[in-house]
Amino acid sequence: MTNRRDFLKKSGTALGAFAALNQIPVLRPGAVPGFLHSGAPLAYIPTDDEINALMATALGAAKSAGASYSDVRIGRYQNNFVITREHQIVQVVDTDSMGAGVRALVDGTWGFAATRNLTSDSLAAAAREAVAIAKANRIAQDRPVVLAPTPVVQATWNNGFTKDPWDVPVEEKADLLIRANTEAMKAKNVRFVSSVMYFVKENRHFASTDGSVTNQTLVRSWVPMQITAISADQTDFQNRSNTVQPMGRGYEYVAEADIVNNARKWGEEASEKLTAKPVDVGRYDLVLHPSHLWLTIHESIAHPTELDRALGYEANYAGTSFASPPEKMLGKFRYGPEFMNIQGDRSQPGGCATIGYDDEGVKPEEFLIIKNGLINDYQTTREQANWLKWWYDSQGRPTRSHGCSNGDSWSSVQFQRMPNVSLLPGEKDLGWNDLIGATDRGIAIMGDGSFSIDQQRYNAQFGGQLFYEIKGGKIVGMLKDVAYQMRTPDFWNSMDMIGGRKSYMMGSAFFDGKGQPGQVNAVSHGCVPSRFRNINVINTGRKA
Amino acid sequence: MSDYMREGMRRPLSLRSNMQIAPMPESEAQALIERTVKMSKADSINVQIDDGTTTNLRFADNRVSTAGRVQDSSVVVVSAFGPKHAAVQTNDISDEGLRRAVAQSEALAKLAPDDPEAMPELGPQQYKSSDAYFTSTAEASADERARAAMTALQPARAAGDLKAAGYLEVRARAEAIGNSKGMFGYYPFTTANYTLTVRTADGTGSGWAGAEVNDWSRMDFAALGTHAVEKARASHSPVAVEPGHYTVVMEPQAVGDIVQLIGFYAGAREADEGRSPFVKAGGGNKIGMKVVDSRVSIISDPFDPDLRGQPFDGDGLPLGRQVWIENGVLKQLYYSRFWAKKQNTVATGAPSTFKMTGGTTSVDDMIKSTERGILLTRLWYLREVDPRTILYTGLTRDGTFLIENGKVTRAIKNFRFNDSPLFMLNNVEALGVPVRIGGTEAGGPIVVPAVKAKDFDFTSLSDAI
Repeated sequence: MTNRRDFLKKSGTALGAFAALNQIPVLRPGAVPGFLHSGAPLAYIPTDDEINALMATALGAAKSAGASYSDVRIGRYQNNFVITREHQIVQVVDTDSMGAGVRALVDGTWGFAATRNLTSDSLAAAAREAVAIAKANRIAQDRPVVLAPTPVVQATWNNGFTKDPWDVPVEEKADLLIRANTEAMKAKNVRFVSSVMYFVKENRHFASTDGSVTNQTLVRSWVPMQITAISADQTDFQNRSNTVQPMGRGYEYVAEADIVNNARKWGEEASEKLTAKPVDVGRYDLVLHPSHLWLTIHESIAHPTELDRALGYEANYAGTSFASPPEKMLGKFRYGPEFMNIQGDRSQPGGCATIGYDDEGVKPEEFLIIKNGLINDYQTTREQANWLKWWYDSQGRPTRSHGCSNGDSWSSVQFQRMPNVSLLPGEKDLGWNDLIGATDRGIAIMGDGSFSIDQQRYNAQFGGQLFYEIKGGKIVGMLKDVAYQMRTPDFWNSMDMIGGRKSYMMGSAFFDGKGQPGQVNAVSHGCVPSRFRNINVINTGRKA
Repeated sequence: MSDYMREGMRRPLSLRSNMQIAPMPESEAQALIERTVKMSKADSINVQIDDGTTTNLRFADNRVSTAGRVQDSSVVVVSAFGPKHAAVQTNDISDEGLRRAVAQSEALAKLAPDDPEAMPELGPQQYKSSDAYFTSTAEASADERARAAMTALQPARAAGDLKAAGYLEVRARAEAIGNSKGMFGYYPFTTANYTLTVRTADGTGSGWAGAEVNDWSRMDFAALGTHAVEKARASHSPVAVEPGHYTVVMEPQAVGDIVQLIGFYAGAREADEGRSPFVKAGGGNKIGMKVVDSRVSIISDPFDPDLRGQPFDGDGLPLGRQVWIENGVLKQLYYSRFWAKKQNTVATGAPSTFKMTGGTTSVDDMIKSTERGILLTRLWYLREVDPRTILYTGLTRDGTFLIENGKVTRAIKNFRFNDSPLFMLNNVEALGVPVRIGGTEAGGPIVVPAVKAKDFDFTSLSDAI
């Protein structure tokens, strides 16, 4: 599942089964009817010392009730939205939510309970409830959970943002958006623009019965924009969206994105799509820009190499993985060409999944998921690392978590979530124009569009934002109604050229969905422009 | 209001302890809203509450994986000064927390630009109860949930060649809305949602079953387990069939997966603005025009006993029975209060439920009448390809079968499709009896029939099982 962009109604709520009607991207998939799920300035924020004392209370209560291991997360999760359309404001929203989640392991079975009441009594009650749930579920357990060892840490961390979006006045944010909208609407046929500033701030505290205690702060920023051009006779409309990637940075990123000066160009691109040539179906060489390719990596590499998924733990929802079982894959399965290296990490500056310590107190490491084209590793948590002990032993590597445990709120139980998963640059210093210049008959695609992939991550179909026909090494015009269909290993093995370090860029999803109950995760994927040979392209334009 | 709920409300307050079961009672919700309104210095204020407990149990690979209980509240405060407004949400519902939320929303609203589309708050409204709260559900214990999971885990383990993965989510919550003009609405509800995937241990077959009920005692866990096991075994070792246009027999879940999407495109404004599948050639929208087969009607009705949805929308507009498509003709699109005023018509409210009416043909009879076609269990990863036609792509999943000469003859590999619910509902050959389904991606109370339709467009094969 991926960055499913749910919608929320302007004044907020009750879309229920039928409708999600306004073009306002938001919050949580599967939120209960009734507005934003998480939540404005809280009356009282406990001090760090008080939080540490509350966490100790919970851990003590869990131990006394019979837990062999327990961890507790107390977090404050804030969102800020400024939503505009055309020349006007739509809504301004601030949300603020704080609470505690306690996880307990009893006889190798997990239990979890969460409460918004930050009192010693409530924390102790939640801990006992987590233990009680674990005990009740022992009848449904067939083999105990065992955690891989991890060093005890006491640390504080932040993701390096330099300008806190909460310090920027709402009128300044609204003014910037509306000026960008106005610029976009100067383009011919552009009739509608919606734009949003969306900021996330998280303060996460963690403590475990192992003795680890961490305190982390991060900010993420996104400026979604959708520009709609409508033909004069109303027989066609075209959208240009996904113009600015989400990043794990502060308001300084919004300033750098320069949306007012770029909006005119984006508007003209929307307009040009109206008169673009419909694509002829067939096989083409595709030159994919990082603003597009990140999503293909996300869907066809990052998801299938989640270890829980590969072993069936997501079978009832997101599905399983073709990259399974690990015994037949690790060191053996050819995912792509020799020069293909895919790295998992939570350390890239600005990455949406970047963090100091994961939700089990593990310091994440950089690891190669695909090494020289072969599957080399999976994404893991402390519980999962043990499942690959045989492999790590054979490689002379220690069995330890890669630090991929994450819960999307204090109220969500942590589980394995994707780190930043990136295609490493090639050795040659090639860029976007070099790849186009080397292509005789192809299509260049920029920006992420429609995406869909099956539950084992074999068969995928991707659209995009902008499509350009390449002939004889040159872009000769714009195309529309383009989507490509692929079978994952065939697709990656058709990759024959990639860009170098200078062409490396990150693209990101704010809403990567996984798990039941559904949780969202923000994640980035770095990559370089890449060429894929002889890919099946379909035409998606159809008359009603 | 249901008797169950009245019973629930008589509970002593002490039951609302640290890990309470019942959501905030109506009297408490009303008092909270009144307290918050009194704190306001704005021209108007709107307050919305979501409160309650959600419990869940998850299993996979024949073992329980995670389980938990989450108790949370949220209060959303929308303050307005003339055309300026802002919303603040908090989960701190102490008086001091509410005061801060009110003050913050007022501060933001004063700084916000004027909204030329701002609408005044509604005055007092009358809402009927949709009787959606059942204590049988709210009080289902951790033991009961574990036993429910065992109805799937036990047979899967005993079989030796099956792997069960499932998810049970139980909600006992209340939604409340009120404002400075005296409006107050309250909707307590419970739901139990259960989905189950059974796969053959060798990874060559996969079957699915799922359901949603308001009343726990009406969930037949064992029957769903049997159904998923049968599908897993029957779907074993699928063969490839050429992609192309096929007659399809879609079970209700598959129908819901694609038909529910129409709701995302039901805005009158987008149609009037020229950017919707319901744009009329030459301008305006298609209300009054035939858009799908004349046997198809789509309504919303929170009081339908199969739906039991929220009886008001986010603005506090009362929701009743609303006909969207009747006998194939588009009767209504969603008009927000602003757009209704601008177009000089009546606001519809944003519906909380979805029901497609059906016919009487059983799935078996649909199969019997099919010379060559494909039986579909459900659809997956549906994503917009073209908003002009509601063209979506997605895949079949967890039980896809070939029908030949009136019989299901073999399991076949999954397909990717590129098709639209509007195209599909124009190609209807038969309709079944509508049922509540539990597995759509958007969720919510949804009731649809099985459908037999011709010319469904499968564009490629998938090796996924």
